[in-house]
Amino acid sequence: MVQGFVQIALFFGLIVAVTPFLGGYMARVFRDDRTFLDAVAGPMERFTYRLLRVDVSRGQDWKAYARGVVFFSLGGWLLLYLILRTQTLHPFNPEGFHSGTWDLTFNTTSSFVTNTNWQYYMGETTLSYFSQMAGLAVQNFVSAATGIVVAIALIRGIIARRSHEPFLGNFWQDLVRACFYVLLPISIVGGLILVSQGTLQTLGGTVAGLARGPVASQEVIKELGTNGGGFFNTNSAYPFENPSGLTNLLEMFLILCIPASLTYTFGRMVGSRRQGWAVFSAMAALFIVGVVVVYLAELHGTPAQHAAGVHTSAISGSTGGNLEGKEQRFGIAGSTLWAAVTTVTSCGAVNAALESFTGIGSLVPMANLAYSESVFGGVGTGLYTMLLYVLLAVFIGGLMVGRTPEYLGKKIEAREIKLVGLGVLITPLAILFASALALGTKYGAPSIWASARPQGFSETLYAYMSQANNNGSAFAGYTGYYQPNPGNLGAHGITFADLVGGVTMVGARFIPILFVLAVAGALATKRAAPAGAGTMRTDTPTFVALLIGTVVLVGALTFFPALMIGPIAQGMTDRLF
Amino acid sequence: MKLSKELTTAALAILVLTVVLGIAYPLAMTGISQVLFNTKANGSQIKQDGKVIGSQLIAKPFTIDTGKKDSDGNPITRPDPKYFQPRPSQTDYNAAASAFSNRGPNSEVARFFFRDALASYLDLERKYNPGLTAAKVPVDAVMTSGSGVDPDISKANALIQAHRVAAVRGIPLDRVDKLVAEHTDGRFLGVFGEPGVNVLELNMALDKTT
Repeated sequence: MVQGFVQIALFFGLIVAVTPFLGGYMARVFRDDRTFLDAVAGPMERFTYRLLRVDVSRGQDWKAYARGVVFFSLGGWLLLYLILRTQTLHPFNPEGFHSGTWDLTFNTTSSFVTNTNWQYYMGETTLSYFSQMAGLAVQNFVSAATGIVVAIALIRGIIARRSHEPFLGNFWQDLVRACFYVLLPISIVGGLILVSQGTLQTLGGTVAGLARGPVASQEVIKELGTNGGGFFNTNSAYPFENPSGLTNLLEMFLILCIPASLTYTFGRMVGSRRQGWAVFSAMAALFIVGVVVVYLAELHGTPAQHAAGVHTSAISGSTGGNLEGKEQRFGIAGSTLWAAVTTVTSCGAVNAALESFTGIGSLVPMANLAYSESVFGGVGTGLYTMLLYVLLAVFIGGLMVGRTPEYLGKKIEAREIKLVGLGVLITPLAILFASALALGTKYGAPSIWASARPQGFSETLYAYMSQANNNGSAFAGYTGYYQPNPGNLGAHGITFADLVGGVTMVGARFIPILFVLAVAGALATKRAAPAGAGTMRTDTPTFVALLIGTVVLVGALTFFPALMIGPIAQGMTDRLF
Repeated sequence: MKLSKELTTAALAILVLTVVLGIAYPLAMTGISQVLFNTKANGSQIKQDGKVIGSQLIAKPFTIDTGKKDSDGNPITRPDPKYFQPRPSQTDYNAAASAFSNRGPNSEVARFFFRDALASYLDLERKYNPGLTAAKVPVDAVMTSGSGVDPDISKANALIQAHRVAAVRGIPLDRVDKLVAEHTDGRFLGVFGEPGVNVLELNMALDKTT
């Protein structure tokens, strides 16, 4: 157990250590300052602008910026849908896989464009290398970049100083710089390290029953961009994606490094590193509580294992605990730390079967999803969601002490707080609505009975929490309808689940983005007032505590009744269903 | 007019980025990997007599055909006692279509699975390990892995199986134990991950020495 906590502590130390460096670098990238990559990325960047025929020196107000996000995502959606539906026409298809069906492709396309990477499809048995590389992996890059630039636009809205033209930057410039200066360089280095450890990178087809492919180039951006869609069906549990303790560490690091570092980027851009660290601390506190709970929970076996007479305490040469669905080379600590990392961020890549976690263990991924990506969160999405919570906390704090709420010199007034409220509530609403639809109608209800009642309920709830939060991890027993066989082949051809899931992902991704950009636009037009004696400070431990309280209050309590029926009920009983 | 220009920009942007990030980047990565890390990039293949028989990273079953068939017509196999056995797999060690087992914590069905897994492990090993009880069976021996092709077993599991392998092959136990130690991967930097014994490599080493 001590050994496990040492692993967890060192990992977190690594994240804290990289935050100022990567965060500072990203601040330079998005302020258009000089960086050490200018010599290489600069020409690529300028050539791209020429091809796009855009003048990036022109700023955009929030509406133009939002149009950029929406049109670009729409274009990406259409192209990806087309690629997946015409798979038979493309090169790099050594297994001769067929094209996807319309409903599954709708789900998969929506999933990748929204940075979710929910996997109803099965990677190694249905998708060609071309679809994986030119289709899915491209969205892994650009959907991540979209998240980052929306966060950057919000920061620019906060720091805008009474300009006549309230510009948030230029979407095309931010997009290209996010890809070429941040995501691509880290992917190249990280990908090569993965290959050196045994992750595949080949265009050769199946050999001796071993499915292969260009895995590493996709694996690295899947983690770095908090996307999560695995080349293989069992994702990062599969040895060809994640072959060792080293790669496990590297992949977890890749997942968390950008979301954590963006808090520092924020601090640098608003001119107060303390503000960045305050946001970081609130995220870190919620994250650490989750890690500790899930690790301790999984050190114990499940009621089913105990009823079968399996002893799950540690013995010499084995850690014991609930190793069902987990890999020996990661162990309990490496699997539970990953589970926490992947669900606080919107990554959703898994290195163990979340469905097989203990009741309390599975409560942690669910609670992390209930915080709506605000605890580190997806790349960019995490920061902008947390900043919405910050504004909410400032507002609540202001009401409590009886002062006009203001944040970093900007007054928070009725219009902003309305937009913030809507932005924060869209995701929970989408989850509850979609889950209710799936649980309450004849289309989805049978899946509850197919998987042992409370577990079936958890599967359904988790499916929509995951899709609405653009996470993509799953209690993989969920099929959306019924369990075709105990081996579970996913929800192939379950049109209902494909469509509800796809609409949930798109809605819960882009509607909040529009609210965030609207908030940025509203803040950008405000006159900045210098902080006075009456200003509530937002870089103190008191405020961090208030922020944590706000997140827990809004996020977790919205879902408490639902969580009672699923994981908590299972965690509190030894009964089998 | 302005709107159509924005739409054109969006379309151009996704096309240009697809060429750079979706074609140039993965192909360049493949080229570099094939040159620098040829063996690893192609799946750490293990060859026997010039033929690829598997991968260092992917578990393979070591079974004997009993000659009988089950009701679906599939051959019934039993573990080959000469060899170390990998962890149980829900996909029958399928390296072309992986899937999770999805055994929920309070699942009645899962209880039967674990009960059977425990019984068959004890069946196989108890003859060679007098006094082996459920309390001494390591968890990895009765629980399926995430990938279904976990190449490793725990040290505890390997040391129990070593008794059987040594007895069946008629070689001294300390020689088998030594091979087990040689094929145990430690933690990265002594901290990250868990030690595991690579079953396929261990079995091949066994065949070579005896």
